[in-house]
Amino acid sequence: MAGGAQPQTDEVRHSGGGIDAGHGFPYGVPFEGSLNDGPGFAGSDAPTEADLYRCVHCGLCLSACPTYVETQLETESPRGRIALMKAVHEGRTGISERLVSHWELCLQCRACEAVCPSGVPYGRLMEHTRAQVQDNNLASPALSRLSRLFLRAALPHNGRLRIAGHLMRAYQRWGLQGLVRRIGFLKALPGGLSEMEAQMPVMGDRFFSPSRRVYPANPRVYSSEGQSRMTVGLLSGCVMPMMQGDTMRAAVRVLQRNGCDVVTPTAQGCCGALNLHAGDLELGRQLARRNIDAFRSAGVDVIITASAGCGSSMKEYGDLLRDDPDYADAATEFAENTRDITEFLAELPLDPPQAELPWRVTMQDPCHLAHAQRITDAPRQVLRSIPGLQLTEMAESSLCCGSAGFYSLIQRDMSQRLQRRKIGNALATEAQVIASANPGCMAQLEQGLRNAESDVRVKHVVEILDAAYQAEG
Amino acid sequence: MASSDFLDELRAIVGEDYVIDHREDLLVYEYDGSVDRSMPRAVVLPANADEVSRVMALAYDAGVTVVGRGSGTGLSGGAITPPDGLQIAFPRMNRILEVDSINRTALVEPGVINLDLDNHVRKFGMRYAPDPSSQRACSLGGNIAENAGGPHCLAYGATTNHVIGMEVVLEDGEIVHLGSQAREASGYDLRGAFVGSEGTFGIATKILVRLLPTPESVRTFLGIFPDIDSACTAVSAVIGYGIVPAALEMIDALSIRAVQNVTDAGYPNDAGAVLLIELEGLREEVEEVTKEVESALWDTGAADVRIAEDDAERERLWVGRKTAFGAFGTIAPNYYLVDGVVPRTRLTQMLRKVNEVSERYGITIANVFHAGDGNLHPCMLFDAREPGVMDNAMAAAAELMEECAALGGTLSGEHGIGLEKKQFMPLVYADDDMAAMQRVREAFAPQNRLNPGKIFPDGSYYRPAPHPAAHTAGLYA
Repeated sequence: MAGGAQPQTDEVRHSGGGIDAGHGFPYGVPFEGSLNDGPGFAGSDAPTEADLYRCVHCGLCLSACPTYVETQLETESPRGRIALMKAVHEGRTGISERLVSHWELCLQCRACEAVCPSGVPYGRLMEHTRAQVQDNNLASPALSRLSRLFLRAALPHNGRLRIAGHLMRAYQRWGLQGLVRRIGFLKALPGGLSEMEAQMPVMGDRFFSPSRRVYPANPRVYSSEGQSRMTVGLLSGCVMPMMQGDTMRAAVRVLQRNGCDVVTPTAQGCCGALNLHAGDLELGRQLARRNIDAFRSAGVDVIITASAGCGSSMKEYGDLLRDDPDYADAATEFAENTRDITEFLAELPLDPPQAELPWRVTMQDPCHLAHAQRITDAPRQVLRSIPGLQLTEMAESSLCCGSAGFYSLIQRDMSQRLQRRKIGNALATEAQVIASANPGCMAQLEQGLRNAESDVRVKHVVEILDAAYQAEG
Repeated sequence: MASSDFLDELRAIVGEDYVIDHREDLLVYEYDGSVDRSMPRAVVLPANADEVSRVMALAYDAGVTVVGRGSGTGLSGGAITPPDGLQIAFPRMNRILEVDSINRTALVEPGVINLDLDNHVRKFGMRYAPDPSSQRACSLGGNIAENAGGPHCLAYGATTNHVIGMEVVLEDGEIVHLGSQAREASGYDLRGAFVGSEGTFGIATKILVRLLPTPESVRTFLGIFPDIDSACTAVSAVIGYGIVPAALEMIDALSIRAVQNVTDAGYPNDAGAVLLIELEGLREEVEEVTKEVESALWDTGAADVRIAEDDAERERLWVGRKTAFGAFGTIAPNYYLVDGVVPRTRLTQMLRKVNEVSERYGITIANVFHAGDGNLHPCMLFDAREPGVMDNAMAAAAELMEECAALGGTLSGEHGIGLEKKQFMPLVYADDDMAAMQRVREAFAPQNRLNPGKIFPDGSYYRPAPHPAAHTAGLYA
């Protein structure tokens, strides 16, 4: 096998890298050598021994894992996926299509990480494992195609994204979409284009625009209402301004109302979360550096995001760039100053709205808020500050909805199973509004509700707060 | 085993997706929560008792050994399957079939997760009392196999006290019923013999469990002590008052550190040991006993005594206790858990021995255990990849278990003998005892096809080498 992290002693190699053969457990030596001739882990971005062996396979993660709960298969569990990583690390197997299929079914929701007694950094292990898979060109064709198309060619480039956004909106608004679907044009094309088209996010009517270059007339600084308490930077990132322009505008208004001058630096862009999740660590680092520079020169006290997935990655910039002498310190500082908008509002604390908003609301915890950032109270505090609002909890509120970035495009079946499960749990509460705090989840929930022919609406927590402020008149 | 016909027939029974025989997939069915490892020939995941019965009959005819696996959280290697064996795993059989709140029972399938059952029946004002630390993941079937315990078993008894009856598939596929619907059965207690048989008698496919009403009042104490000796004295003092707490748990300094590395459970980092004590019962009763517990703790040298203010704080204190084993991963990648039990009055003596062995062998040992019933869990922490370390750990374990036996105790409180402790059985049982046990097993499983090679030193009742220090005498070879 090529280039794997080499076992350290002869004895370890003798036993296939596992438990020392010398002690002679009756079943301790199941086989020697490697199961296949696939490549091992190599290079500086390989999962580290310290991370891997922190897992003592106690199994407490199993019941938290959406794919385990759905399949009941250990291969689709966090403990199983780490066991496969360990097996590669130990040279007992090489990276193979089969192993990759188990790793790719992982949503990277990190629910396991939040319940792990040993604090295994599962998210990091999976990102580094996917980097190894990418380096060896062993990612599934669907993921490779998407990585090329979206993660490298589109997301990092603000200008191209805007053009794509306008084209998609035009396609959806001008009746073209209906026509294409009616004549089944895409079904004739290879590569699952038809499925991808069906999953296409619905573009908002009005894009939110932070960029002077694209929209020079727009103001870049939104001044606070009344006395300014502080200056905050707001991440506009990549697709959220187009998919959820309303959420972005609500975020700005809510911050202004709470005494913040809001800056959206024009030089910012995608946070790199999806690149990192897919294992493209280098591009992720480039995008992180761009945002660090953009917000540093904007002179803001804190950096706020209304996207849980972005916030989670931004809070980990320090770890991501820790070996970069030019950026390590700045990245740590950036990470420490990053706040999810619900977290920020709860900490302020926010100015409670005066008008009643008699909505029945249930909260769906985005994975990257609840598990990766361990924030579950803050959004509820924000919602409970609204007079008249009735908050009812759904079952499994922090079990992944199946959105998970591009997961819904690549793992359609699992994504939809989780989507149905989530919608079922949400509708059982008889809430009128599902509150969320992440653009990906919101799109997934909206699609699920359309499929269920439900008129329940999905709103970001700050949109609900904004509605309460608006109701004050 | 192995002929592809056999696997095809398995697929015909349970469906294509639920027979796993690719070796890369089997890498994840090699382990449980223990240090042992072995790759089965195949894993099958049946959906109901009928499928289990047909799988067992098929394996029986083919002469294949079968090992059951719940969630794979066991700590004695009970679910480790020999290389030519078939593993039957039960995560798909996870339905709670019936809850009877008048008779206070629940009928469940073996793959139901312990905590899921407890959470479910709490909606009806009841609880399932046995609460192993792994309750978030472990299954009722596994609990029955190992006769699992848990902190609250001090007051309510281990799993066997909570199982009324079972539907069981025997090694040849026959389905039988043990116990009864009623609370008491006449004749021999076959149900009692089955619970704790570590998967060697049969496979439970339906389980009727006893539920208890949730207590009116619960109070949780954290007694903080400067050292483990004073904490042990406190244990004796509490029991000496005639109090039977619902739970009485000890957590030593190293375990406190491990837990606090990951989860802030509210244990002081500089404590020598903490006692986690829970009282349950009627409000007045709990009020009254609270004062006695407090004074027992203060009298024996507690540095501080805290009482959980609310459910959230109570929960937090328990999360620390229940995640301790997993948290040892922050200290070392492997652990070997000794599950010995000694009479409560010998706790201090036993812990001194643990300390002494730890120093002499140069091996880190953490102690987090059920102090109330004298069930120790000295947990050796090491990196199994270091050459010779397992030998060292096993030798140290042998000394500890000898001491347990010498103090009038036993080898396992709740985790079973499995693979890991079988060589120590001669410490507490004579050949005749083990031969008698094997005859009971023969009554259930005459061909010894179920989980063979566990519990008894060489899988039979013949002791292959004289004890002590069986590990050095080639017992494992």
